[in-house]
Amino acid sequence: MSLDLASLSVGDVVAERSFTLTRDALVRYAGASGDFNPIHYRDDVAVSVGLDGVLAHGMLTMGLAVQPVFDWVGDPALVDDYQVRFTRPVFVHAETGATVDVVAKVGQLGADAATARIDLTVTGNGQTVLGKAQVWVHASA
Amino acid sequence: MYEPTPPYLVGREKIREFSAAVFSVNPLNFDVQAARAAGYDDLVAPPTFGVVVQERTLAQLLATPDADLDFSRVVHGEQRFSYSRPIVAGDELTATLTVASVKQLGGHSMVTSESSITDATGAHVVTAISTLVVRGDE
Repeated sequence: MSLDLASLSVGDVVAERSFTLTRDALVRYAGASGDFNPIHYRDDVAVSVGLDGVLAHGMLTMGLAVQPVFDWVGDPALVDDYQVRFTRPVFVHAETGATVDVVAKVGQLGADAATARIDLTVTGNGQTVLGKAQVWVHASA
Repeated sequence: MYEPTPPYLVGREKIREFSAAVFSVNPLNFDVQAARAAGYDDLVAPPTFGVVVQERTLAQLLATPDADLDFSRVVHGEQRFSYSRPIVAGDELTATLTVASVKQLGGHSMVTSESSITDATGAHVVTAISTLVVRGDE
């Protein structure tokens, strides 16, 4: 597996994927991650703390958003850094769920195309939910 | 300074479970032969798996008596991972928490904490940095 960044230009889309979140996806993530905060599976608790309803774990959104980049990069050892800001919750309706769309574009290229910053645009039900979502990768030797 | 967390042994099935939960379709997360063919000793964990180990340091932080943090008022503001290498099944990981900063902002507290995760040899694997926003009284 090799990653050649020299053929890329800023603005190129390197990966995209659409995800459907349902309540069972939130329960599965709760179990897998150990985050059992009830605002991610109980509407009554979510409403009692002033939310509109059950929302996805921020770390679930962060976790799935990087997957298309992980697949594109090929070797996970080439990923140096991944950061996000949680700017808006993803509410997951009991019956209709939620849609999360991810588009990964080249945000910046380092000198000699040795590194690249991949910027993620992540929307939940059509609204941006992550800010400054950036993955730094380096080219394979 | 906080005590390092007890060693966390990364299990193969835990990686499969976490990978399915973040909608991975990557063979390196599920197929041992594919991971070995790519040069890894065992299954590779997804990029955000470090949160499972970091969570143990956040529990230390929230349990600090003088921190006075109300969990129901804590909102995740930012998250970052800086990697030395991917986490692989069989790794024995230890996290050490250092609170980087507490800032007051319009009645809210912003707690930025950094957890350095190392393997059994003491080598750095990943640093996880979280900013938690503790909402003030309304």
